[in-house]
Amino acid sequence: MYQFLFNLSGSEIIATIFTAAVILVFILLFVLFAVWFERKVSAHMQDRLGPMRVGWHGVLQTIADFVKMLQKEDIIATEADRKLYTIAPVLVFTGSFAAYAAIPFSSKLLGSEVEVGIFYLLAVSSFVVAGILMAGWSSNNKYSLLGAMRSAAQIVSYEIPTALVVLSIVMLTGTLSLEKISQLQTAYFWNWNIFGGPEFSLAKFLLIPFMFVGFLIIYISTLAEVNRTPFDIPEAESELVAGYFTEYCGMKWAMFMLSEYANMFAVSAIVTILFFGGYQSPFGYLGNSIGAEWLVPFEQAFWFIAKGIFFVFVQMWLRWTLPRLRVDQLMTVCWKYLIPYAFLNLIIVGFISLL
Amino acid sequence: MALKTETMILNMGPQHPSTHGVLRLELELDGELIVNVKPHIGYLHRCFEKHAEAMSYPQVIPYTDRMDYLASMYNNFGYVIAVEKLLGIQVPERVEYIRVIMGELQRIASHLVAIGTNGLDIGAFTPFLYLFRDREKILSLFEMTCGARLLYNYMWVGGLSHDIHPDFVRLTKEFINYFRPTITELNNLLTFNKIFIERTANIGVLPLDTAINYGVTGPSLRGSGLAFDIRKEDTYSIYDRFDFEIPVGQGLVGTVGDSWDRYYVRILEMEQSLRIIEQAIDQIPDGDVKAAIPKRIKPPKGTVYTRVENPRGELGYFIISDGNLNPFRVKVRAPSFVNLEVFGELCKGHLVADVIAILGSIDIVLGEVDR
Amino acid sequence: MKNPEEIFELLKKEFPEAILGIDKEAPTEPIILIDPPQIKTISLFLRDNPELRFDSLMVLSGVDDANGTKVKDEDGTDVISGGTLSVYYHLHSVYLKHKITLKVSTPRGNPQVESVYNVWRTSDWHEREAFDMYGIIFLNHPDLRRILMPYDWNAGYPLRKDYKNPEFYQGMKVPY
Repeated sequence: MYQFLFNLSGSEIIATIFTAAVILVFILLFVLFAVWFERKVSAHMQDRLGPMRVGWHGVLQTIADFVKMLQKEDIIATEADRKLYTIAPVLVFTGSFAAYAAIPFSSKLLGSEVEVGIFYLLAVSSFVVAGILMAGWSSNNKYSLLGAMRSAAQIVSYEIPTALVVLSIVMLTGTLSLEKISQLQTAYFWNWNIFGGPEFSLAKFLLIPFMFVGFLIIYISTLAEVNRTPFDIPEAESELVAGYFTEYCGMKWAMFMLSEYANMFAVSAIVTILFFGGYQSPFGYLGNSIGAEWLVPFEQAFWFIAKGIFFVFVQMWLRWTLPRLRVDQLMTVCWKYLIPYAFLNLIIVGFISLL
Repeated sequence: MALKTETMILNMGPQHPSTHGVLRLELELDGELIVNVKPHIGYLHRCFEKHAEAMSYPQVIPYTDRMDYLASMYNNFGYVIAVEKLLGIQVPERVEYIRVIMGELQRIASHLVAIGTNGLDIGAFTPFLYLFRDREKILSLFEMTCGARLLYNYMWVGGLSHDIHPDFVRLTKEFINYFRPTITELNNLLTFNKIFIERTANIGVLPLDTAINYGVTGPSLRGSGLAFDIRKEDTYSIYDRFDFEIPVGQGLVGTVGDSWDRYYVRILEMEQSLRIIEQAIDQIPDGDVKAAIPKRIKPPKGTVYTRVENPRGELGYFIISDGNLNPFRVKVRAPSFVNLEVFGELCKGHLVADVIAILGSIDIVLGEVDR
Repeated sequence: MKNPEEIFELLKKEFPEAILGIDKEAPTEPIILIDPPQIKTISLFLRDNPELRFDSLMVLSGVDDANGTKVKDEDGTDVISGGTLSVYYHLHSVYLKHKITLKVSTPRGNPQVESVYNVWRTSDWHEREAFDMYGIIFLNHPDLRRILMPYDWNAGYPLRKDYKNPEFYQGMKVPY
C-alpha cells in the first residue's frame, strides 16, 4: 500500500502518513468492536445479556464509553513521576501500533514490505515492556510496581518460546518476510503451515504433528505476552487491583486498553500468518473464478481479519473459562515446559525439513 | 558481599477487590513472599452488642440479620433459639420444620457465594455468575415467604413472621431438582479444573490441632479432617430427625486441610443440605406458626449460651438476662471473627497471590467479624 | 464426658484456693467462679488433663456486672463506682464432648485478669475485644490493642454501662 500511495502522490511523507492513518483507523475500529465483542462474549458465556441499551444489542456502547473517557479529569498523583507517567501509555501504544506496520493484511494491503518482518515484529512487541515498567515505576504505587515487575518478567520470558517456534517456521520457509510466508501457503487450507506447508511430500505428513505442537506453544506464549487470562497476572484484578495501570484514569487508561486490544489482534495475526495461511483464503478466491482480479486483495483482507478475530475470540473464550495461574507457576510453565518442548520441536522440524 | 535487603509493607484493603469487604491486611513482603500478615478489623463495627442492650428481645432480631448478611436466616435462628431457651418455651412442630428448611436453603445460598467468590479471587469469573444465578432462585424462595431477599427478620421468638407461601413446597422441590445437576456442572467447570487445583491444593494448610486450638469451626475445621458439626454434636431444633453426613476434607488433590479441601467441603455440604431439605419438605405438619408467648417477652434472670452451625461455623449467642425487657448483655461468638484469627498463621511463607486464595477459602463476612 | 458438677469437684480438689464457687442458679448451665490471677493455671489444667481435655475455647466474653454504686461525677453524669467486671469462658472438648463455663470477676477500678493466650489461641482476639469494650487488662497478652474501635479512641470503653459518647472524635461530631 505504501508503494501504491508513493506512486500516486510521489511523496514519501504523504505515503507514510496515509499508510499509518489507515492502520490507525483499523486499530481504532477493531478496538471499538473487540471491546463490545468481549463484553458480549463474556455476557453470553455467563448467562447474561451484556450491554443492550446503546444501539442494536449495545453496539455503540464502546463509543459511549469512549466519549465518557474523554470527559474524565486527568488525575496524576502528586507523588508520581509526572514525565514518565505521561510518556508510559504513549510508549506502550506506540509499541503495539508499530507492530502493525509489518503485518500483511492482504497481498496489497500492508504497511511496509520489510524483508525481516517477523524479526521486526518480535523486536517491536517487546518494546511494550519498557512502557509497562515505566508506568509501574512512575505511579509510585506498590501494586503498580508489583504488577510491572511481574509483567516485565512474564513478557521477557515468553518471548523465548515464541521466538523458537518462529524460528522453526523460518527454517521451513526460508524467509523472514511475513508477506512471503503468507504467499507460500497458497490458496487452499491443506497448504497451510499447520498442515505441513504447500510442498506435497513425505515431509509434509511428518511435519503435521510437530506443527500442531508448535502452534500450541506459540499460542500459549502469545497469550502470556498480551497478559490475558490464564496469564493475566500483571493485572490480576483480585490481587493487584489493576496492576501497572492502577493509578491511571481517563484517556491515559484508555491508551493502555487500546494497546491491549491492539496487541490481542497483533499476536493473533502472527499466529495466523505463521500457521494458518495468513491472508490466504481456505477455499480459493471468488475474484479469480469470476474474473474480477481487483476483488482478490479485499477477499484476502476479509480472510485475514476473520482469522485474526477468530483467534481473538479464542483468547476471550479462554479468559472467561479459566482461572488465573500464580506467578511462580507461570514461570514454571514457560521455563520448564514450553522452552524445552519448543527446542525439541525446533530440532525435529529441522531434521524433517532436511528430508 | 551480602546485599542489604529490607521487607516491604503492603496494605491490602480496606478497599481492595478481594478482601471480601473492608478487611485491611498489613502484609510484610520479601519480594512477593509473605513474611508476616497483620489483619486490622473494625471498619464495619456497628455496635451490635451495645445496640442490643437498649432493645427489647424481639427488636434485636433485625440487628442479627445484619451481622452475617449472607446467612441472615441462620443468625435469626441462633438468636431465637437462645431466647427460647432462656424463656423455656417450645415452638410448634411446623415452625421447627420451616426453620430447618429455611436454614438449609440459607446454607446453600451462603456456600454458593463462598464458592463463587473463592473462584473469583483466583480469576474464574464465570462460575461466580453461574452460582449467583442459582442463589437468586433461593432468594426468590425467601422473598415469596417473607418479602425480603437479604435481611429477612423471618424467625421470631416463639415462631415465624409469616407462614410459608402455598407454592413454596412445590417450588422448593423444583429447585432441588434443578440444583443437583448444577453441582456436577460446577465440579466440571471449576472444582477439578487443573489450574484451580494448582492454585489451591497444598496452599494454606491448616493442621487439625492448630485449627482446634484457634477455635476454627465450620467448613474450615471440617476441611482439616474432623467431622465436627454442631447439628450433630450438640443438636438443636429438630436436626436429630434427619439423616445426613458430615463431609470432611480428605486431601483428594493435596494435603488434608488445604484451601481446596475447605472449598470442596462446602460443595459436599450443599448436597447434604439438599438431602435435609428433601426429607423435611414432605413432612411439614399443619398448624400454627406462632407459639403462645406473652406479648412482652421478659425472660427470667439467668444466662444462656447456645450455638448453632452457621454456614461459616459455630455461631454462638451468649445472653445474660437480668429479668428486664432488654437483654443485659448479648455477646456473639461470630464464626468469621474466630476463623479469621488463624489467617495470619496460614499465610506465612506463601505468595501474595495465595493470600487471597486462602482468604477466599476460609470465607469470612466482614459484617460478622466487626459486628 | 463429665457434667459441670463433677468438673467442679475435680477442680476444687486440685485448686482449693482458686475455685471460688459454682453458680447453679443460672437456668441453663452452671458457672464455675475462679480467682482472676489463677485462670491461666486452671485453664492449662483443664486443657491438659486427660479426663477433661478442654481443647477449645468457644467464646470469651467480657461483661459489665454493673453491681457498684451509681455516683454523679463533677459534670453531673452517672458513673458507676466499685463493683466488678467479669469475664466468661465457654469451653468445650472436641473429643470428649463436654462443656463448661468459667467466670472470673475483677474489681472495676483495676480490672486485671491473667491472659489465656498461650492456652487457647482463640482468646487472642477475644481478649483484645474485651479490653477494647470494657478496659479489662489481660496480663501477659502479647499484643493487647484495641480491635474493633479505632486505635486512637480515647473516650473510654463503650460497652461499660456508664459509657458516655464523646462530643467529638478527631474533629468529627459523634452524636448524630
